[in-house]
Amino acid sequence: MARVEAEAAAIAFEAITVRFATPSGAVHTVMSDISLAIAPGTFVAIVGPSGCGKSTLLNAAAGLLFPPAGRVRVFGEPLEGVNPHATYLFQADALLPWRTVLQNVKLGLVFRNVPDAEASSEARAWLRRVGLAGFEDRFPHQLSGGMRKRAAIAQAWIVDPRILLMDEPFASLDVQTRQIMENELLGLWQESKKTVLFITHDLEEAIALADRVVVLSSGPARIKGVYEIDLPRPRDVAEIRLNPEFMALYRRIWGDLRDEVMKHGSDGAGGPGHGA
Amino acid sequence: MAREPDLAVVITRRRANRGLVLALQIGFFVASMGAWELLSRAGWLDPFFFSMPSAIFARMGEWMWSGYIWGHLATTLIEAMAAFAIGIVAGVIAGVALARIELLAAVFDPYIRVMNALPRVILAPILIIWFGLGMASKIALGVSLVFFIVFFNTFQGLREVDPIVLNNARMLQASDRQLMRHVYLPSAMAWIFSSLHTSIGFALVGAVVGEYIGSARGIGYVVAQAQGTFDTTGVFAGLILTSIVVLGIDLAIERLERYLLRWRPEA
Repeated sequence: MARVEAEAAAIAFEAITVRFATPSGAVHTVMSDISLAIAPGTFVAIVGPSGCGKSTLLNAAAGLLFPPAGRVRVFGEPLEGVNPHATYLFQADALLPWRTVLQNVKLGLVFRNVPDAEASSEARAWLRRVGLAGFEDRFPHQLSGGMRKRAAIAQAWIVDPRILLMDEPFASLDVQTRQIMENELLGLWQESKKTVLFITHDLEEAIALADRVVVLSSGPARIKGVYEIDLPRPRDVAEIRLNPEFMALYRRIWGDLRDEVMKHGSDGAGGPGHGA
Repeated sequence: MAREPDLAVVITRRRANRGLVLALQIGFFVASMGAWELLSRAGWLDPFFFSMPSAIFARMGEWMWSGYIWGHLATTLIEAMAAFAIGIVAGVIAGVALARIELLAAVFDPYIRVMNALPRVILAPILIIWFGLGMASKIALGVSLVFFIVFFNTFQGLREVDPIVLNNARMLQASDRQLMRHVYLPSAMAWIFSSLHTSIGFALVGAVVGEYIGSARGIGYVVAQAQGTFDTTGVFAGLILTSIVVLGIDLAIERLERYLLRWRPEA
């Protein structure tokens, strides 16, 4: 069997350190020495207090940000430039407001020079799949927030990426819409088994969705703990929350996370948060 | 798959009653023209200096019937449209180049500021020396006015691109050219259009001022001739004719704008 290399991590962070110079001239360390390997086909959620650098880590995986120290490998290859295997679901609206829903969804195919007829028919199929059939010719501002997220999911998925990066994609939605979207996301993921790196500050969401939950500490971010979530699949995000195992996991991980949130929330009260 | 209710219904806004607005607009026109006419006829305004609406409109009618004005109008329009077109193309190209190439922007920044600070109407005599009394000098003057307006708006529009939309397109593997076509230019389009409204007026200013200073054809020439004989009526008739033409072109631009920017939510 010549498939020894098949298990190279989908994304491997190798000793990533990110620092920014603040306007006053001081150096602010966002994260230091983060190493983490994400196995292909797994759904990994990263949680941490807000402002702890979760998005920075995701942007490093996307190739939108270059860590001054450390390296990102994608399927074994060092990442240079924009990650060619990944698409990105942003928290804010990222659809092109001047293109219709159909044009938006087929964008990734157009950029890859797929013939237009083929791209359009594939985009129509994806719109049916995410429940947006009939909305092909609307512009994004004519859709509700949930519908825009569906279009964004179709846009990200249509190019069949091996990796999906998600930065709190459902944070702006109301609770009901959010649960619906989480279930739809799990449904799509279950069929495709793509590698997902999902950022959230909501621990319940992280446990409900992921195979593994990574807890980041706050300022500078370090990996505080990694938890295997061996809850049965397929899952329903609303029902799984009532599972006693879910609650046990939640309590365990929250014990870790709480310290970080408290530390972060009481910066002024003498926490060891910021180095000089 | 669960569906949300169709939230994309068109929301009708309450507008001010259009009939009322139109009636008031016409009323204002009639009242101001009437006042002008009456004051002139009563001798409160000296008709020699201020003329009067009836005489001005009669003059415009005379020009049109006799065919005297059409050649001049055509000349001015050709000059203005040429200046407009050249100014837009050059402005957009320069805006794109400087927005995309940092070094170029850094080098040319002070020069562009200086050129823009220059009152360019003063260039008219020099341009006439360079390009002669024909159309070319008027077009050049119009271009010098249009170019900067379009350039600055294009430059700014390209810089105002939403970074999230831009990063999303990059993640979808857009090449530099695709980014320009699908992201930067559509994003700058709103800025460019707002510059067109201003610059169509300036294209005409360039043509008319150029003609006024030195030419044998065009509305500016007509106005200069009228002024030379202290014919106030002729000056006003020329001015009003010019503004009617600008208004017509501006309405056409607005139509095009409304179509091309139909993706924007109504404010």
